[in-house]
Amino acid sequence: MSLLRDLFTVVAVSAGAFFFLAGTVGLLRFPDPLSRLHALTKADNLGLGLVVLGLLPHADGWLGALKLVGIWLFALLAGAVAAQLIARAAGSAPPRA
Amino acid sequence: MTPPLALDAGLAVLVLAVAASTIAARGTFASVIGFVTYGLLLALAWVRLSAVDVALTEAAIGGGVTGVLLLTASARLRRAEKSPAPAEHPGLVLRVTAAILSTLVAAGLAAVVLMPASPVPTLAPAAMANLPATGLGNPVAAVLLAYRAWDTLLEKVVLLLALLGVWSLAPDLLWGGRPGPRHLVRQESPLTLLAQFLPPVGIVVSIYLVWNGATAPGGAFPGGTILAAMWILVMQAGLADAPAVGSRTLRIVLVAGAALFLAVGLAGFVVADAFLAYPAGYAKPLIVAIEIPLTLSIAATLGLLVAGPPARAPEA
Repeated sequence: MSLLRDLFTVVAVSAGAFFFLAGTVGLLRFPDPLSRLHALTKADNLGLGLVVLGLLPHADGWLGALKLVGIWLFALLAGAVAAQLIARAAGSAPPRA
Repeated sequence: MTPPLALDAGLAVLVLAVAASTIAARGTFASVIGFVTYGLLLALAWVRLSAVDVALTEAAIGGGVTGVLLLTASARLRRAEKSPAPAEHPGLVLRVTAAILSTLVAAGLAAVVLMPASPVPTLAPAAMANLPATGLGNPVAAVLLAYRAWDTLLEKVVLLLALLGVWSLAPDLLWGGRPGPRHLVRQESPLTLLAQFLPPVGIVVSIYLVWNGATAPGGAFPGGTILAAMWILVMQAGLADAPAVGSRTLRIVLVAGAALFLAVGLAGFVVADAFLAYPAGYAKPLIVAIEIPLTLSIAATLGLLVAGPPARAPEA
């Protein structure tokens, strides 16, 4: 059981790290601000989510697990807002109501 | 190399690389971004050293507030950087003197790091041995507010002096007015949503950090910084205007922390035979009582430091 749990952690955290790597490559390689933002937010949200998911079985009780999920949710919120603001500042964002 | 050691070595290399790139960066903006990254990496380094209190403060102050202050400064400098003023080069004597002094300081630091005294002097056992007397569970809180309370008090005064320095940049006409431009609320902006949603959570987190600071990592500085961040967010989204710097309420909040700290310190002469000494058995309640106004003062000072000097004439 413990082996299965550890295996799950290793797989999920590695997948998360892969998305961080992909996001970073996108940030460095994509040509314009909007596609760079796209690479960064998608990959960071998914990457952090997978890292949190992988750490959940090792969390310090359900309160610790709740804190981990909370961190992910706040990162999602901050990432989404920051991406919107940067996109608007970049000036090329199509107006959306 | 064991995995933790590899992690630490990687972190150390990364901190040095980011520090070097911060210095080498040509533009002010790139340099500030490097500095913020450096602060966050340094916070990770403090976590690896099990100094969670320092890590919290470094992330909040070094990465957060200082970053915002420097970004504002860099935005102001952008105009000056563009103007074709002739760059001033320091003379040869000045440059050689600076080089010699820097080398001496670097050599001194290297000597201290490479040839530590044996055994390395430490006050940690003494700090832990006297912890029960303070009634606190967090040795860092005991150092800050009991053993070295004097330093902490002076830090608060320095913060106030820094704010006075910022305010003194205001022209006479605007003295006592509100800092910065009035930010307009944009209903459809995600910033408005964030400024409405985040502050309730941030306020709870900062209360938690201050209350827990007596027994676990936390305390007035990280708590106050988070509170300040929430205030700055609300001000920048335009949901609340910055207060006029002439406001009496504002000034009372600003000095409350340091004033109460000083009052308790002076009372120490009477009830505990020394300045900043706490009477036996009352150390913890007094420290918690000092930390609450201290948190508010820190939050107000940091928020106003970011808001900048008064820029609008006071309403008569």
